[in-house]
Amino acid sequence: MDEILDDIDRWRAVGQRVAVARVVDIEGSGPRDPGAAMAVNQEGEVAGSVSGGCVEGAVVGEALELLGGRRGPGITTFGYSDDEAFAVGLTCGGTIHLFVEELDW
Amino acid sequence: MSGAPGIYEAFRDAIRAEQPVALATIIDGPDAGAVSDVRPGAGAKLLVLPDQPTLGTLGDPDLDRVVERDALGMLDAGISEVRHYGQHGEARQMDLSVFVECHARRPHMVIFGAVDFTRALASQAKLLGYRVTVCDAREVFATKRRFPMADEVVVDWPNRLLDRIGDDLGPRDAVCVLTHDHKFDVPAIVGALPTRVGYLGAMGSRTTHEKRTERLREAGVTDEQLEHVMAPIGLDIGGRTPEETAVSIVAEIIASHTGRQAPRLKDGEGRIH
Repeated sequence: MDEILDDIDRWRAVGQRVAVARVVDIEGSGPRDPGAAMAVNQEGEVAGSVSGGCVEGAVVGEALELLGGRRGPGITTFGYSDDEAFAVGLTCGGTIHLFVEELDW
Repeated sequence: MSGAPGIYEAFRDAIRAEQPVALATIIDGPDAGAVSDVRPGAGAKLLVLPDQPTLGTLGDPDLDRVVERDALGMLDAGISEVRHYGQHGEARQMDLSVFVECHARRPHMVIFGAVDFTRALASQAKLLGYRVTVCDAREVFATKRRFPMADEVVVDWPNRLLDRIGDDLGPRDAVCVLTHDHKFDVPAIVGALPTRVGYLGAMGSRTTHEKRTERLREAGVTDEQLEHVMAPIGLDIGGRTPEETAVSIVAEIIASHTGRQAPRLKDGEGRIH
């Protein structure tokens, strides 16, 4: 969270809404520990990261869905699975669970 | 809530000021099977700062109380993770998933002995995010100029420094005794043993440590307490230079925290280098 505070402040100062995705759990190997966070503003600008770069693109999509009112706050999972719904994976074979929400608190 | 700072502002300010802070968020609730992603309570927050009133609520006073207690423990240990509770904070129930994000204060490494190895260990510890204190009773050696990387250089006897800061040491902190001199080593180890410090190591050859062990026993240290002293300090990686030794020491500290079975010099018998 530390490294994204400046960007969040800058965005909020100009009235941008901000979504935050935080790693809350990892199964198997994962590059970032719980607490790693990424912020996305309405324009799709990004701060921080939640993996080694494997899922960031998909997280931006989720964040924009959230800010656009097409999904609510909740857990989003990326990683290896037999379920084809998980189109985005981690190259390291792990699974990460993110909590995605609007920063309105 | 006009005028009052929001949860985010208090959270942000604590992180920037390097004050310990934990943010608890409900991430999954009773409606987990519902079609919608929106679940009652998901996103509700409680901000926990040691010795201060909490901010926000998870929606139930009993739940808030239990989560505050747990979050303070997690802050102490430096762990961020998901915990499960009943709707009113009951343990062993799975109704609610709460993510507790902890920003603990930096771990503290206290190095006794202002020697060459100290310089390398202090630099290595800074790399790992420690606040580093170097302490030696000899003022010609314990200078900020010799240890510019240290956060603090203290000229004092080990037992007197530990009298002052011992209560603040916790499981994430480390005490490394590098003096090689019984008259400093013994008060440092005797002073550190009763604290809650997570790692206590002492440098020296096996012969040095045998002699030191005799002195420690004379000072009233029990066999069980001696088991907690990592001596000879470090992992058995054949390190020789101050820099290599520093790596073996911080590696032993990491292994102590993770509980991994890395080969310790303490548990071996052969030569150190």
